[in-house]
Amino acid sequence: MPQPKKGPRLGSGPAHQSLMLRGLARSLFEHERIKTTEAKAKMLRPYAEKLITKAKKGGVHQRRLVLSEVEDRALVHKLFDDIGPRFATRNGGYTRILKLGPRNGDAAPMALVELVEKGARKTATTSVDEDEDSGGRRRRLRRPGRRRGRDAGSVEAADDGTDDEIQQDVSSENTGIDASGEAAEDPAPDAVADPPDGDAPEGDEEK
Amino acid sequence: MAVPKRRKTRSKARMRRAHWRVEAPTYAACPQCRQAKMPHRVCSNCGYYSGRQVVETE
Repeated sequence: MPQPKKGPRLGSGPAHQSLMLRGLARSLFEHERIKTTEAKAKMLRPYAEKLITKAKKGGVHQRRLVLSEVEDRALVHKLFDDIGPRFATRNGGYTRILKLGPRNGDAAPMALVELVEKGARKTATTSVDEDEDSGGRRRRLRRPGRRRGRDAGSVEAADDGTDDEIQQDVSSENTGIDASGEAAEDPAPDAVADPPDGDAPEGDEEK
Repeated sequence: MAVPKRRKTRSKARMRRAHWRVEAPTYAACPQCRQAKMPHRVCSNCGYYSGRQVVETE
């Protein structure tokens, strides 16, 4: 017989909770750092880290499993091509929770959840798609062809007008995409080495 | 169901409640700016936690 989960549920019920976790995970992967209550942060951590683990494994099957949770193709691409490879050398512990203290209004204890490895740069794909995605989830799932075309275009655009380092990144990422995520080990050392110089302030601006 | 037979006197009730009190929150000095902050929390004054700036502050 199935045992019910122990402890309180967030929101009103199991469906609400799973939807809320999905939404939190989506925001986390998009913005890399989100502010929420401590209780939600603690529930989000294992959920989001399992998705990142799937992203590290790569392959079509894992992609579909993650897509069934995240329901946003652009975000799944970011997760598999950008976020996953960042954590190639790390076994778990992909997110960090920082406690912020009580919130004004209801004194709920607040926390920041962030990805431990910061992004090497702001990805062009997500910023482009943010403007497009006002149509809601279903629409995103129905137009995969168009979405892919757009992604490829924006990557090329980034290729044109930037310096050597970033070009290297993009080219290695492209090979990773061709081999369906298996050859994605190259960008990882770069991503680990890069963040300290100049990239951290950029990440702060995003919030 | 078992039910009390007699009302407790005002004195007995107050004696019982004499130990109800609010505990003062624990504070620790922020290692960065010396401001009092709650332990294991980001300092709201300087935005530092574990030796690095994690939150922007003015």
